Parts: sequence; C-alpha cells; structure tokens
Amino acid sequence: MKIRFTAAEEAFRAECAAWLGEQISGPFADIRGIVSQTFRAEQRMEWERALGRARWSVIGWPEKYGGRDASLAEQVIFAEEYARSGAPGRVGHLGTELAGPTILHFGNDLQRERFLLPIARGEEFWCQGYSEPNAGSDLSNVRTRARLEQGPNGPEWVIEGQKIWTSLAQFADWCFVVCRTEEGSKGPAGISYLLVPMKQKGVTVKPIRQMTGDAEFNETFFDGARTRAEYCVGKPGEGWKVAMGTLAFERGVSTLAQQMTFRNELELLIGAARANGAAKDPLIRQRIAEAWVGLRIMRYSALRMLSRATSGSLGAEALTYKLHWATWRKKLGELAMDVVGAPGELCTGEGYELADLPYLYLFSRADTIYGGTNQIQRNIIAERALGLPKEPRGDR
Amino acid sequence: MQFAFTEDQNLIRETAREFLSERASIAQLRKDVARPEGHDPALFQAMTRELGWAGIALPESAGGSGLGMVELAILLEEQGRCLYGGPFLASAGIASALLLESPASESRDAMLSRLASGEASASAAITGDTGRADADAVAAELIERDGQACLQGHASFVLNGHTADFFLVLAHDRRAGRQGLALVAIEAGAVGLEIHKLAAMDLTRPYARLVFKDTAGLAVLAAGGTPGIERGLQIAQVALAAEQLGAMQAVLELTTGYTGQRVQFGRVIGSFQAIKHRLADMMVLCEAARSAVYYAACVVDEYRADPSTGAQELAEAAALVKVQCSSGFHDVAGNAIQLHGGIGFTWEYDTHLFFKRARATMNLLGHPQQHRERIASLIGLDAATEAT
Repeated sequence: MKIRFTAAEEAFRAECAAWLGEQISGPFADIRGIVSQTFRAEQRMEWERALGRARWSVIGWPEKYGGRDASLAEQVIFAEEYARSGAPGRVGHLGTELAGPTILHFGNDLQRERFLLPIARGEEFWCQGYSEPNAGSDLSNVRTRARLEQGPNGPEWVIEGQKIWTSLAQFADWCFVVCRTEEGSKGPAGISYLLVPMKQKGVTVKPIRQMTGDAEFNETFFDGARTRAEYCVGKPGEGWKVAMGTLAFERGVSTLAQQMTFRNELELLIGAARANGAAKDPLIRQRIAEAWVGLRIMRYSALRMLSRATSGSLGAEALTYKLHWATWRKKLGELAMDVVGAPGELCTGEGYELADLPYLYLFSRADTIYGGTNQIQRNIIAERALGLPKEPRGDR
Repeated sequence: MQFAFTEDQNLIRETAREFLSERASIAQLRKDVARPEGHDPALFQAMTRELGWAGIALPESAGGSGLGMVELAILLEEQGRCLYGGPFLASAGIASALLLESPASESRDAMLSRLASGEASASAAITGDTGRADADAVAAELIERDGQACLQGHASFVLNGHTADFFLVLAHDRRAGRQGLALVAIEAGAVGLEIHKLAAMDLTRPYARLVFKDTAGLAVLAAGGTPGIERGLQIAQVALAAEQLGAMQAVLELTTGYTGQRVQFGRVIGSFQAIKHRLADMMVLCEAARSAVYYAACVVDEYRADPSTGAQELAEAAALVKVQCSSGFHDVAGNAIQLHGGIGFTWEYDTHLFFKRARATMNLLGHPQQHRERIASLIGLDAATEAT
C-alpha cells in the first residue's frame, strides 16, 4: 500500500500541467471554470477536439483508439491537474466516460473501430437513453422497443418510445438506448443496448427546464428512428448486463475529476466564509471542517476503488461511493447557503441568473436522485454488500 | 501509487484474525476484564513476545521488524474487531509513537527495545482530569527540587495505566529558564508516584489516574514543546482510529447477522427498508472510516520516510481520521443497539460494549469537535478576511 508518486509520474504531472495551463490561459481562457453543463457548449466542444488532438481526452484508453494506455497513477494525476488548471466540465463525458468504456469492454471490433476514435477526437458526442417516464428507479421496466426490419442497406433496428432526463441530448450525435427487443418480455430479460444516431428524422429532442433555470436535460422521442443491426452492444436481448456495466464505469476515474469540481466548490465556499465573517462562527467552522473531511475521504475511497479495479468486482467502497458523495454535496449546498446568508437568495441578473454557490445549492438537490436515488443506493448496499433480502416486487 | 494491500500485508491480517478469533473472543474479553490486570497477561505476552506485534513498526535497530504504520494499523484493526482491551494500543500504538518522535537518546532507545521485545508495556499520560487533548488540559508539572527534576500534579485517562511498566508523561516545564511542554519517562515503581485504577463506563479497557508527589528518577525525552510531541500524538490518533475501524466493522457485522435472522411480521427484519437503509448508512460510515484509516497510515509512513515534506499532511490526516472514526464508530454502535431492539439494551448482549468503547475512544486523544476546530485552522479559516 503506497500513496506516493514516482519521479516519472511527477514528470508526467509537470507535462500535464504545462499543456493544460497553456491552453486554459490562452486559446480557451473564455471557458475557464465553467461548471454548468450547457453554458458555451460550442466552445467546449471545440475544447474536446483540442484535447483529442493532443491525445489528452481519454488517456486511459489504448493508443490505437486515441488514448495513451495511461496507468492508474497517471490518470489520477491528469484528473488532478485538469481541475487545478481551471479547465471546464467535460461536455463529452457521456462518450468518454460511459459510451466509450462500454463499447471498449462489451462491444465488438466493428463497433470499436467505428465509434471509439470519434469519441476520443471530440468529433462525436453522446447521450444516455436510460430513464423513461415509467422506468426511473425501476429501470428494467423500460417500454421503448425496437424491432429488426430490412432497410435499404441491410437489416436495421426500428425504435419506438420515449426517454426522459437525457442530459445533453441537444448536442449529441449518438445515444446509447436501453430498449426492449423481445415482444412480451418483462424485467431485465429481453432488453437490448443499441447505439442510435440522434441526427435523424425519427428522433425529437425537447428540452426540460430544471429548477435551476437551466435546460440541460431533455425528453427524447424515438418515432421510427433507425440504426444498423450491428450497432447492438452485446447480444440482442442480453443488454441488461451491458447497461449495468455502463453504470459501473460511472465509478471510474471520472470520479476523481468530479471531486476536483467539488474541491473548487468547497474553496469557493471557504472564500465566501472568510469574506463575510462566517468563518469566525464556531458552528460554521465545524461544518466546513466536516465538509473538508468528507471530501478528502471521497478521494481516498476513489483511490481504493480504482486500485482494485483490475479484479473486476465492485468492493464495498464502490457500492457506498454514490451515496457518500451525493449526500455530501447536498449538505455542501445547504452549508453554502448558510454561509452566504440572505444575499444568496437574490438572482445576479435577469433570466434567473444565479451566483455559483446558490446554483450549487439548487443543483445538489438532483445529486441524490440521478444515477440511482439515495434510497435505491441504500437498497443496493444492503442487498449486494450486506447480503440482506431483496425488495419484493408488486408486479412479478 | 497503489492504494491496496500487498500479499504480505494480507497475510499479516489473516494471521492476526486467526490468532485473535481463537484467543481473544468477546466472551473471553468479558472474563479477562474481571482479572486484576483488566486483561489476560499471557495473551499480551503471546502477542508481543511470540508474534512480535509490539515491534512491528519499530526499527530493526530497536529489535523491531522495521515494517510500518500500515502493518501496525492492520493489527490494531483486527484487535478492534474483538474489542481487545490489553495494553497493545497504549504501548505499541501510542507510547511507541511518542518515543519514535522524540529526539534519539540512549534512554529512549533502551525504552524502544523494551517495548519491541514485549519485556515491558508503556502508557502515555497526556491529559488531566478534563481529558481534553490540549496543553491547557495537562495537569502535570516538571519542576526542579534540590537540583533534581521531578514531577508534580496529576494525569488521568491513562490507558491500562495500572499495569504499565513505565509512563510517558506530558508536563508543563516549570524548571528555571524553561517553558512549554516536556515529555518525561518515569517507571511505574518510582517513588512518589501513585497509580489508581479508575472505574469507568467503558468495560473493555481500564484507565488509571496518576498522582505525582515530587516524583523523581525520570528521564526527560523532549522539552520546549518540540513538534515531535505533536507529531507523536498525531500518529497515535491514527493508531487509535485503526482500532475504532475494526470495532465499527465488527458491530456492523453483528447487527447485519442479527437482522438477517430475527423474524417479525413473518419475515426477517433485515428485509424491511427501515432496517436495510439504516444498515446501508452504517456501512457508508464504515467504508469512509476505512478509507481514512488506510490513507492516514500511508501518510504516517510517508512522513517517517521524509519528515520535512510530510508534516502538514500528517497533521491534516490525523485530525481527519480521528473525526471520521470517532463519530462514525459512535453512530454505528448506537444504531446497532437500535436495530437489535430490546436485546441490544441488555448487559448480556455485546452491543453495549461496542457503544461504550466508542464513547471512551471518542474523547481519547481529542474529541472530534476539537479536531474539527483544528482542521478549520489548518485549512485557512483563521486567515484574515479577504475582499472578494
């Protein structure tokens, strides 16, 4: 058990820092520090392409797919330096963190050749077609369905149905869609994992305005949308396993980048507390210290999680990770408002413009919902990590 | 960077678990605490003399095995699982850490050798009757009487104090021309030293109160409030936290086992979300504590490898680990009582032993509230107001 980085790794750190610093203080200075997922999206898609050109977009991937075969330590270092540089949130993350690793791991050569390089180069962006109006926490209840039909260039999947909460669908070129391909099937059986082009007649995206005022997520309608038969990841009808695999990648190296965002938020909060005197209040000091402890522990848990990733099994630290961070960030949002006080309740401009900390306060209410609510996380921990009985279903 | 145990470290854990499950069950603990020593001396001797545990993190020059804090933390975690209450934490976890951070001297090295071989056990006397972990709480004074250094005052909450062979006493240095805190070693048989075993709420590990009446025959290990004392105490916090981690994991397992068997309303109660969700929250606390302990143990080893760069991180990690493990252990043990229902409130059942250990160790080496305040200073909340 070692936490120290080698001299070679420290040299790699210097290389990352130099490149990132140059870009973020130079050509990409305008998008420095942006957290909101949709703000200045076009420029940030250009940033993704710049990362891809310099082979910094997916450093853990194999070289032939645009990566660097980077070690875990190097990926940790890059995530740290990325945040330190003030580089913006990654608008390509659904491709680089979810679609890409899923295709790499569960896909076939045809799919890897077709999809991975465009993701790595920032040429194609992705969104996630999981939730539906009647399949939220109960994801295996999906009703979107697809059937094979003969198209002009061979067999094609024809997709009908509706997805919801599709983040960044408005910018996406592709969507990974969890849908039912076996008539009359129920639950996890009969589900397939299809890769579907978004820019086609049969796909309609309607933005949903969130309580933050932003419209980062959408309703996505598939009305006779088509994709090639071979763009099914895993065997048809066996997509549930793939869909769950994708969720496991959410606990990957990207968690470190996410933590860096959290660290920047905590620093912002500390700055605010020092500026308005809240930092002198003993109770606020206790709560800020507690937040700092929680964030550090997140980092240590992520390092544990990543250090064991090679074994392929999710440890207890991985199963508890989402609940830990989501709860932490919601508390951070509340603390932020207590630090800022009443001025935090005012908008900074027309159009429901909010300062960063009040925005965090509102946004953090989503953290305990998306990617598996806190309640679902507790079920997962109790059942998978502690071995307690599974929840009974009312319908099967 | 590889934040996972090596094969050797896993082997140390397996061996320790096997040995302790055979020799140190909680049923055995209940008998051992009733002995005059408050523990089984033969068991402690087996741990130290036969298995060499006391010297695991001590240098080979002192007769130790030259391994590090990670290995020591593994042993303490395993002892925590069975609420072991002998002098291992006091001696190998806390006193040894203080000695290692004291300036090298012949008397210090001799003490380390005695601890490494298991020939002696030591305990730290670092606070007074308030039990707080700060200089104001220290109630012992180092004075000069007839040209001889001696101790006055008292110390309390001395872990396994009534069986220790020698003590490391934190005292205000009142000798002519001196100030700050001094760390002083004194033998248990010294003239003018009274040792009183205390009756305590925690049944698993005894405390003593020491009274110093011109107690002479001491060795001054460090004086002038050297940073070594602070570092030693920080490393001791990591040791304590490792033990707390083992205990909270064990009480979680105890509770999971119980709720998976107890049937009410025609189903095991562990199938109800009200129970499952609380157990899940307990597990989050355990895993958070685990991440903190393993990381902090690595930080100690890094600090020892290079004290010039590791000091700030050690201070942070030591406060963090104490906060997380103390409050986490207390929460988990409290929830264990709740989820057991009535039986969890009985003297006969083990849950109260965990709960009381959690309370006792919460105050030991500083309450989480005190450490959070330290963190607040460390992360810059004291700095002058900045305009933004």
